[in-house]
Amino acid sequence: MSSESRVVQGRAGNARSFQRWAAENPLAVLAAVFVVLFLATSAIQPGFFSVSGVRNTLLQAAPLGILAAAQTVLMLTGGIDLSVTMIATGAAYVAANQSPGGAAIAILMGLLVGLIVGSVNGVGVAIFRVNPLIMTLAMSSILLGLFTAWTQTVLAGSTQVAPFIRLLGGGSWMGSVPYSVLVWGGVAIVLIWLLRRSGWGRLIYAIGDNETAARLAGVRVWQVRLSAYMLSGVLSAIAGILLAGRTGAVDLQLAGAFLLPSVAAAVIGGTSIFGGVGGYSGTIIGALILSVLNSLLTFLNVGQAIQQMVYGSIVLALAWGYAGLTRRS
Amino acid sequence: MKCEARCVFKSRNALHAAQLMQAPMNQPQVLLATQGVAKAYGPVVALRGVDMTVRRGEIHALLGANGAGKSTLVKILAGVQPADAGKVYIEGRTVHFHTPADAIAAGIATVFQDPALIPDLTVAHNLRLSRIDEAKFRTSLERFGLGDLDLGALVRELPLETLRIVDLARAMARDPHVLLLDEITAALTADQAERVFDLLTEWRAQGKSAVLITHRLAEVMRICDQATILRDGRNVAELVTAEVDEHQLVEAMLGASVEPLMKTAQGAMASRRLGETALEVRGLTDRHQVRDVSFAVRSGEILGLVALEGQGQDRLFDLLAGARRPVAGEIQVAGKTCHFRSPYDAVQRGVVLVPGDRLIALLPNQSVHHNLALPLFNHLRRWLRIPTDEQPRVQRAIERLSIDVRAASQVRRLSGGNQQKVVLGRWLVSGFRTLLCFDPTRGIDIQTKREIYALLRELAAQGAAIVLYTSELAEISLVCDRVLILHDGRIVDEQDAATATESSLLKAAHGLEVVA
Repeated sequence: MSSESRVVQGRAGNARSFQRWAAENPLAVLAAVFVVLFLATSAIQPGFFSVSGVRNTLLQAAPLGILAAAQTVLMLTGGIDLSVTMIATGAAYVAANQSPGGAAIAILMGLLVGLIVGSVNGVGVAIFRVNPLIMTLAMSSILLGLFTAWTQTVLAGSTQVAPFIRLLGGGSWMGSVPYSVLVWGGVAIVLIWLLRRSGWGRLIYAIGDNETAARLAGVRVWQVRLSAYMLSGVLSAIAGILLAGRTGAVDLQLAGAFLLPSVAAAVIGGTSIFGGVGGYSGTIIGALILSVLNSLLTFLNVGQAIQQMVYGSIVLALAWGYAGLTRRS
Repeated sequence: MKCEARCVFKSRNALHAAQLMQAPMNQPQVLLATQGVAKAYGPVVALRGVDMTVRRGEIHALLGANGAGKSTLVKILAGVQPADAGKVYIEGRTVHFHTPADAIAAGIATVFQDPALIPDLTVAHNLRLSRIDEAKFRTSLERFGLGDLDLGALVRELPLETLRIVDLARAMARDPHVLLLDEITAALTADQAERVFDLLTEWRAQGKSAVLITHRLAEVMRICDQATILRDGRNVAELVTAEVDEHQLVEAMLGASVEPLMKTAQGAMASRRLGETALEVRGLTDRHQVRDVSFAVRSGEILGLVALEGQGQDRLFDLLAGARRPVAGEIQVAGKTCHFRSPYDAVQRGVVLVPGDRLIALLPNQSVHHNLALPLFNHLRRWLRIPTDEQPRVQRAIERLSIDVRAASQVRRLSGGNQQKVVLGRWLVSGFRTLLCFDPTRGIDIQTKREIYALLRELAAQGAAIVLYTSELAEISLVCDRVLILHDGRIVDEQDAATATESSLLKAAHGLEVVA
């Protein structure tokens, strides 16, 4: 009797200490979820558990990961950017249009589109204090209209991207590591460094956590916000150029499917949409999870409708699980 | 004690009978008791085991330094948080609160330290949400002289002291047996506090009880019957207030002696010399509440500011700190006229603010370190490069203020006093010339208060100019050199802090002439 109760107590104790450990190391839990999903996918599709399976997962995740980077930065400030995918598409369009002049010009012009649109978003949100949801939603709609009209006029030329961009988006370094994953890796290193080790990173967290406090401490909040939207624009443009490189040609639906996943990857990775809490490492794993989930659902060979529902439910479960996990601490 | 808990009267009739008899041999009945209540937040232990006994018809003070566990105990008794261990008894029966509604059903109504009202709803909507009878609520409001309050007013538009009264009236409208009042008087004006005391006295006469958390010992001596003193999450003393004096209360709260601190502080004061004028304002006027305010403060000087609630003092501080723009008047820093368009401009000129509500100055989810270092990154050139002396500067501030860093990963987990130290410490890290301190000791335990007084004097001795608004008049003679009195947005009087008395200050604050 007594020994039995001790066993039960011991188990309860283990469960509690596991919970505590999990609450303190949510990233490890997320990584474990990723591994489980990866193994599950391998079980369904035997060829998946291989170098090429891993490579495919990373390749799929790279543009999503970069769009989610833009989203993470803005969510940390308490904002959001619903125009990331339209910025990506627009940047890709301009890059394709400029491709006859060489890859360097094409990429630069593409990035410039991101910077300009990001700045406009930033000015609207940071200076004119438009709600970020409305600002970026409206921007997305305006961009869609603009590019629809421009494909017939100013952007009527090339819709094929330069070979170098194709290599960047779809090719692999020494035949094994996709270049787009290298680009993603570069973005990740810079962003993680910025968020953790720079004054700018501190301010991003500060204005998201308590804007009034930051203002009273002498922070010029508008500058920080503006810079965040500009960075978001440039990151979206990078993602768009990589996507265009992967498909080789551009169209207006190029990045459309990535909007909600870009938010979901950040949320699953533990970044709060209310700002001030989270980071990019979680988002990386979030993007990987979503990418492998996509493969899993494709291999399951069920109808599109079922796929969508399962995808949505799993995203919900992950975000909910994460919130439950960290709230305990 | 256990026997008392077991053999209480349970029916209302019996209760009335007991009250009517008032026989001396009738032992006071235990209404609310806790036994070994413990609570930890992760690695931080807030309560280690508290035994408290509140008898029927008793006003019971719950005292302790900041971080002693008072607020945690209140949250447990209010059903906001479950205890990790221990028991709560009401009339001798064990109760388990899973939600605040359970506690209310058991007859415990709580007024928390911060207003528990939804800011974007009207008062009436808030009442409906908490299922309060409006007529009863009105009756209690009238007791506080707020009978004419418009229940259709949005909560966010009401001043803090009104919200405290609304909170209290709401709690009373629930007809509880026990009222838990966490720092109820901290934001109230003196006459409102009086009314609360009158009401509590009446409450007691009806055989009901109240638990009062306060840092104002005079209040404890005046209206409380019993006091339970917490230290480090344990009850270290149960005192009958009639049998002790304030010193004994303080000693019980602190454990150790507090004298040395005061002496160092006074030493710092003696060696002070006044320097140049650091901040001067002329004819400062705001749209509503600040009218033609002029004064100057010199470096090395602590200028006190005294006012009743709502005389424009918070607006005045906002204007000085650049958080709001004046409609007329001039601010000069070190002889140069400045136009503060934002707090950034003021901070650049070395004019920094410690606001009255520490929650608006803190980054709740960031670490102590990041909160302290925040002003270091105001310049674009600091965006990429974190200054190499950041770590030692932050460390020095933590040591100088003796900030408790056990829960340093998130500032929201710190106790109120530690949070206040973080708000102050931020400016020690960045450096400043003029410190605007708005009621820095509100709701803070006596030990921390003394530390803050000593710090302010030390800073002044090192050449800082300090403008200190305080709602505790006793602080004036302790800390300040000179004191200005603000009434209805105007400076109506100036007194020498050394000779000012609480009564001379109070009279002036009410707009009465003071005869020297």
